Parts: sequence; structure tokens; C-alpha cells
Amino acid sequence: MNPSLFVAQRITAFVLAFAVTIHLATILYAAQRGLTAGHILQRTHGNVAFFALYVIFVIAASIHAPIGLRAILREWLGWWGRRVDVSLVAFAAVLLTLGLRAAFAVFVA
Amino acid sequence: MTGADLHIRIWRGQEEGEFQSFRLSARKSQTVLDAVTEIQREREPTLAYRYACRVGMCGSCAMTVNGEPRWTCRTRISTVAKDGTLTLEPLRNLPVVKDLVVDMTTFFEKWRSAKGAFEPGSAPREDFAVVRPDSASRRAADEGIECIGCGVCYSACDVVAWDRDYLGPAALNRAWTLVNDVRDQGQAERLAAVAANGGCNSCHTHMSCTTFCPKKLAPTYAIAGLKRATARAAIRVTK
Repeated sequence: MNPSLFVAQRITAFVLAFAVTIHLATILYAAQRGLTAGHILQRTHGNVAFFALYVIFVIAASIHAPIGLRAILREWLGWWGRRVDVSLVAFAAVLLTLGLRAAFAVFVA
Repeated sequence: MTGADLHIRIWRGQEEGEFQSFRLSARKSQTVLDAVTEIQREREPTLAYRYACRVGMCGSCAMTVNGEPRWTCRTRISTVAKDGTLTLEPLRNLPVVKDLVVDMTTFFEKWRSAKGAFEPGSAPREDFAVVRPDSASRRAADEGIECIGCGVCYSACDVVAWDRDYLGPAALNRAWTLVNDVRDQGQAERLAAVAANGGCNSCHTHMSCTTFCPKKLAPTYAIAGLKRATARAAIRVTK
């Protein structure tokens, strides 16, 4: 693996460790309190901190996942090369687009 | 277990083959290599195996003993036999030449690919390099420099098993000792070589190499050092 990708994966892993923890804690809080979708959206609407957290989460995941997938494809299926890399960039773009769209939707809902 | 019966199963053939069984009398302090030598000299002269020094220096007698890679000249049978049975196979991850002998060509080619040779540079230094024994780089080099090239770590490594381009623990360990050699003039090429596909970042830190190294070296930590060094180099380049 290219060292730049290695560094990017490690840094995003560090970010995800915090983001996933907060994400899971939020889910547990919502489930324990019995919050409905409406209650949740009430709390997230216009909440800049929540929006910023999920934007960072989505960006980190969009970088982290394709790099890991690239290693898995190479090691387990022997797939590598320019075509695979281009496909993974496209995969990253899809993750980023869907993720940011969801974060924005929750922010403005 | 002196005098007791030993049941030894030895792989015969190449990639295709079968186990041949032998029964031997166990002797005090008998090593696995002693048993193989006794079988080859007294029972089965066509048995192929490799050894040279018999004292843990040359690294040529490594085999798979009861499923684990080991240097057989320093492995006493009493410590590894399970119910008096030993199963001996060639090292994993290398093509079998015959019986217990593997072709080490790929193993040593990967040392070359990892730039595992000292690079003095085009012009000799004007004076002796001063290398303090207690300096961090010298201590890091010391930790990996006793490798005897036996191939045990290469055989134990799962990443080598599934990625034929992976340079392997021994070659990367060698590269790390040279990265810590202040006299070496080929660091940029070496870091590029070990950072490429199949290089240090392919290591999954399973630590099998460190677990099985008969010299008690820690190639895993050497590889971790290379990961840090190549990451630093990548950050320097992009700045």
C-alpha cells in the first residue's frame, strides 16, 4: 500500500474512533429515552455541532472504507490496477455524496 | 524419553507426495535434525534435507515440525514431539525441491527487492563514520541484525501465503537494519522499495514472524519502524 494511503487510513481511523463512539452513544440515548423520529429531528434541526460531526464522520468514512476495500480486493481477489482504483474513487464519491446528503437532510429537516 | 519409540512422519516428494513413516529409538538431547540425519544415513538414503553448521548459525535446516516452522538443529525432540510423534514437512510458502528441501530463490530475491544490501554511495566517505553504540538508530539496527536467513518467519507469515508480491518479514527486517545504518547512501530508494505494493504496509501485524523467529528477533517491530519511516518520507515529499 502506498504510504500516503496508509497515513490517510490511519488518520481517518483515529477520527472514526471518536465519531463512531459518539454515533453509537447517540443511538443508545435515543433508544433508551424512546425518542421518535420526530423528536430526534427536532433536536438535530439547525444543530451546527451535530451537522459538523456528521460531515467529519462522512468524510472520514469515505476516505477510510475505499482504502480498506482496496487492500481486501488486492489480497483476497488479486484485483488491482488503475481500473480498480478508479472504481474505488467512484465508490468514495458515492459514499461522500449519500452521506453528506443525509447529514444535510437531518440538519435542515 | 531415552529408549522410547519415536514415530516420525516425513514428507516425501514435491508439491505432490506423501508421508513416509519411520520408527526410531529416542535418545537424550536428540534434536530433530539428529533424527532426520539418522534416518537419511541408516534407513532412507534418498531422503533430501538441508543443513550445514548444526549449531544454529547458518539457517539452512529449517523445516515445518508438527505444523510449526523451526530450526531443527536447535530443536530438541523432547520439546516438540506429541505422544512420541513428529511430523516433518518442508517450509511453507516456498516451492519444494524434494522432500524437506525448499527453493529459497524467491526468499533471497525479495531481500534484493527490498534493497537489503548496504549502499556505500558513489563516493567513499572522507572519514570513518562515528556510530555511537547507544544511539537510537544503532540500537534499532542491533535488534534486527542477528537474522540468519533461515526462512522460518517467511514460512510462518500468512500475508506471504496469500500475497505472492509481499516482501516478507526477513527482507523487511533487513531493510530496517539498513534504514538505521547512518553510513548507507541508498535510503530514498530503499524507502521507495519497501513502500511499494507488497511492501511494509501489507503487513497485518499477525506477529507470526516474531512468534516463531528462532533468534527471538521481532520483524513485526522492524516492519512497524518501516511503516513510520515511509509515512514520514511521504509527508516530507507532499509538503
